[in-house]
Amino acid sequence: MGPIDPVQVQAELDARHGLDLYVHLETTTGSYTALGPEKRPPVIAFIRNATVRYERALVTGEGPYRVGLKLDGGWVYAQGLTDFTVNERGELLLAGHDPEGNLRVALQLSQRPFRE
Amino acid sequence: MPILPPPPERIDHLIEGMTLFDPGAESGLLVVLPHPDDESFSSGGTMALASDAGVRVTYLCGTYGDMGRRMGSPFFATRESMRDVRERELADACAVLGARYELLGMRDRMVEFEDPREVAERVRAAIERLAPSTVITFYPGHAVHPDHDAMGLATQLAVESLEGPKPQLLAVAVGDREQLRAKLGPQQVAVDIRSVRQRKLDALRAHRSQTELMFLRWEQQREEDEQTRAFREEMLTVERFYRLNGVPVRPPG
Repeated sequence: MGPIDPVQVQAELDARHGLDLYVHLETTTGSYTALGPEKRPPVIAFIRNATVRYERALVTGEGPYRVGLKLDGGWVYAQGLTDFTVNERGELLLAGHDPEGNLRVALQLSQRPFRE
Repeated sequence: MPILPPPPERIDHLIEGMTLFDPGAESGLLVVLPHPDDESFSSGGTMALASDAGVRVTYLCGTYGDMGRRMGSPFFATRESMRDVRERELADACAVLGARYELLGMRDRMVEFEDPREVAERVRAAIERLAPSTVITFYPGHAVHPDHDAMGLATQLAVESLEGPKPQLLAVAVGDREQLRAKLGPQQVAVDIRSVRQRKLDALRAHRSQTELMFLRWEQQREEDEQTRAFREEMLTVERFYRLNGVPVRPPG
């Protein structure tokens, strides 16, 4: 996984246009924020292996990047994306990391279900 | 590599009123926690002392830890590679500690949404098969992470449901020390791990994706306040547990 090249990411999104896809969308503060100095409660959400098909997909911004998928009757959105890869399973993995390497946000698309 | 300070000569103030526990005198030790690395942080010294004395030590790990936020620093894992990364790290850490591991294979973060009786049944099967004299888990309701609480509850239910003699059940509480003391009082059981502190450190280091940042901060003495330093020093000196046998089961929520 390395820094997002928006041209490459756009090409990967275009290549999946109109296909039935499995999506993993996630944002996380980590579970231990309440132990930190500010005692903030953790905020975490994820959805894994929901199915989507998009009619339009764009990567925007100048980094960190945003990705929006326009579905037939809905939307998928992620902001704060910094890195991407297409892994050995052909899955498009987009992630946003903080400067220390911790995951903040993830948006992933696959033609096969992600591992359960 | 940060230089490991020599252990303190006296630990009386850390174990006041507690029973010293010798893991090497056990006839089997089973650790039941949800994530790869929970075992090293909470009980790594206890596990090393037991295995050094020839005790069979098993880590029953609930999940693959595959929803973690730490990806290494700089990051080297992805959400999808994390399962394999963390299992390899777990194997390395258990090799350092002289333990075997078994995975229950639940999804990280989702343990509390499984049926606790089903999870308890799987834990109970492991206890019956391995016949440990002591089981270590998290203190349900006092372990910060929902997976910790759920795994502790399932283990408590599992031990409760055993017929015949029950193993000693020790529980790790997590969180603000003063708050825990106010709610639960001091721990009842302490293990002096000074002689194996390097092993505990090596096991923690084996969980590279999760601990790299901690070691980096330590080496650079970055963002280290007195509380962090004291916490680490204690973690490498004693491991303290509550006795959970006889504590009423408190349903979640």
